[in-house]
Amino acid sequence: MALDRRNFLKTMGVAGLTLLAGRNLANKTTANGEIEFRGLLFDATRCVGCQSCESACAEAHQFPQPTDEIVAGVVRKTSETQRCVVNLRNTSAGEIYSRNACMHCNEPACAAACLTQAMFKTKEGPVIWRADKCMGCRYCMVSCPFDVPKFEYHSANPKIEKCDLCYDRITQGKIPACAEACPAEALVFGSRRELIAEARKRFAGTPASYIDQIYGENVAGGTGYLSLSPAPFEELGYNTKLQNSSYPELSKGFLYTVPSVFVLLPPLLLGIYEANKNNHLKEEEHE
Amino acid sequence: MNNPTIPIAKDNDGKPIWKFLLAELKPRGKWFTPFNIISIPIILLGIVLIVIRFWKGIGSITNLSQEIPWGLWIGFDVVTGVAFAGGAYVLTFMVYILNMKKYHSIVRVTVLNGFLAYVFYAGALLLDLGRPWNVINPIIGNSFGTSSVLFLVAWHFMLYMIAELIEFSPAIAEWLGAKRARKILSGMTIAAVIFGITLSTLHQSGLGALYLMAKDKIHPLWYSEFIPILFLVSSVFAGLSMVIFEGSISHKVFFNQISEKNHKAQKGILQGLSKICAGAMFAYFFLQLLVFIHNKNWDLLFTPMGYWFLTEMIGFVLIPMMLFIYSYRTSNTMLVRIAAILTMLGIIINRLNVTVIGFRWDAAIHYVPSWMEIVVTLTVIFTEIWIFRWIINRMPVLRESPEWANDEK
Ligand code: SF4
Ligand code: SF4
Repeated sequence: MALDRRNFLKTMGVAGLTLLAGRNLANKTTANGEIEFRGLLFDATRCVGCQSCESACAEAHQFPQPTDEIVAGVVRKTSETQRCVVNLRNTSAGEIYSRNACMHCNEPACAAACLTQAMFKTKEGPVIWRADKCMGCRYCMVSCPFDVPKFEYHSANPKIEKCDLCYDRITQGKIPACAEACPAEALVFGSRRELIAEARKRFAGTPASYIDQIYGENVAGGTGYLSLSPAPFEELGYNTKLQNSSYPELSKGFLYTVPSVFVLLPPLLLGIYEANKNNHLKEEEHE
Repeated sequence: MNNPTIPIAKDNDGKPIWKFLLAELKPRGKWFTPFNIISIPIILLGIVLIVIRFWKGIGSITNLSQEIPWGLWIGFDVVTGVAFAGGAYVLTFMVYILNMKKYHSIVRVTVLNGFLAYVFYAGALLLDLGRPWNVINPIIGNSFGTSSVLFLVAWHFMLYMIAELIEFSPAIAEWLGAKRARKILSGMTIAAVIFGITLSTLHQSGLGALYLMAKDKIHPLWYSEFIPILFLVSSVFAGLSMVIFEGSISHKVFFNQISEKNHKAQKGILQGLSKICAGAMFAYFFLQLLVFIHNKNWDLLFTPMGYWFLTEMIGFVLIPMMLFIYSYRTSNTMLVRIAAILTMLGIIINRLNVTVIGFRWDAAIHYVPSWMEIVVTLTVIFTEIWIFRWIINRMPVLRESPEWANDEK
């Protein structure tokens, strides 16, 4: 992946002391050597649909405040001016709020697709977009299985918009604006491992209120944005048909063959050329 | 080479080079041809639309959406256009590597066609970039996205354009009367050809590989891990069909440029090409069959998309393939052309099925290109034909090379 583990550990050693002081848990690696990315846990059983996260997000990123009310069954979508949305869904467990934003994949398809590394998986976990590198090809949008990146189609200087997990705030030691604003503890910020442990704890506490699945634990190779729900996730509008392995893996096979073609094909062609060079009979052949 | 003006000017009977170029820039021939009457207004309109696009954003003239970020400009201009340009690498392979001299007379025009296709169709990519000023980023290396297939494809486009320019450059040198330069440039041909073929195999398949990560967005009948191979194999007959098609038109339009000998040879060339096309199409059809069986998509076959898939496979692969075989057996040139046109339609359908029609086939709102996207596409194509014609009328492409160039061999 884009992230070199050894380098990561080195920088984390320094950065961890300065930027992430007090959050020691988040800086360690797990037993199997996984990098500790940080993310969000969304608990649909706790969300009250107050839209505090939406308005905090708009404020933090200088977007207009969302004005549309949440109506049950009506799906509002993220857009180039709204990075996260809360919707009310009619599910088998009654009316439940869902929340959409970038999943901050462990192995993001968007970043693997990006030919300028404008989409970038930071070592802290957020997947961020960098204006000075992006050339606006929109290949990230084609590749993201969750359809997250949005493009400003009506601008002469268009940007890609998507949740960046408040990367700036995180590097300043703060937590994302949405998690800070949530009054119901439906959004929790922390290291992925902590969040999964927390999710398990909540499930173990009241197993009857949840289905036994953490969306994001495995999907697309694991994501930084995790969800708990009382109803099957497809009823909440989550895509449950996605593969569990990582998406960049899909084009890796092709990319790995490229160097060998470059090494093997030219000499082969040269050999054929040499063999046929003095073949004057060819003109008559192949008639 | 220190002072190129002097030898060139001398070779041009003492005319200074800039005067020669100026004279060459002037249009030749009649102005009111049907092609001009149709193409000029469209090109002008297209230019206006392009200005609007850079001023008001891509959304102002396209129907692209957040769900469907790539439309006609990528799916047709780039992906399909480049497949059609594949004739150049196949033909250079046949002529320079396999030494099949029979096809030598058409290699220049094919390389020219390929080169212009890359310049214009890959150039159309720039129109589609939201932030084209950052296009230098992946080139100058301040941010290499090496894990990106698009990174590979973009680089290969660039390098391949250079390779094709080198392959074509002897014609430019002959036009300018630059003897020394011609000698040096012809000496580079084989290296450029080998490099070019390598690049081509990789980016023809790479165009397919672009869509590998869009696994859940493309209709399963068109998505498989084998898209790259399918794209590569189909580029062989896509390119050769284009050669047949373009050759048939050139032989009419530029009739008086083509020598008696080459006119006679054309029939044999067409027969040879149809044989190769049929072979490649057979391999392609077989591959598609294997992929289909491998993916176990039987139940999908009896849906509307399934019928569409069958139409593509039978109507636009199997039938033209049999036409190619039949025309080869009966030496029927008319049939070769029909087969070539059917094949080309099939390629357009196939590429659009992967990139546009089958992309988000299940979405509530389907993408249909706006008329403005189509006009811009036509502008790109027409401008290319203008340049093509300009070059054909001046440089020895279809024409025989000047005496002095032949002497050197
Ligand atoms: S959800 Fe999409 S945009 Fe977000 S990190 Fe994953 S691939 Fe990238
Ligand atoms: S649009 Fe920008 S961020 Fe997205 S893949 Fe292209 S260059 Fe990268």
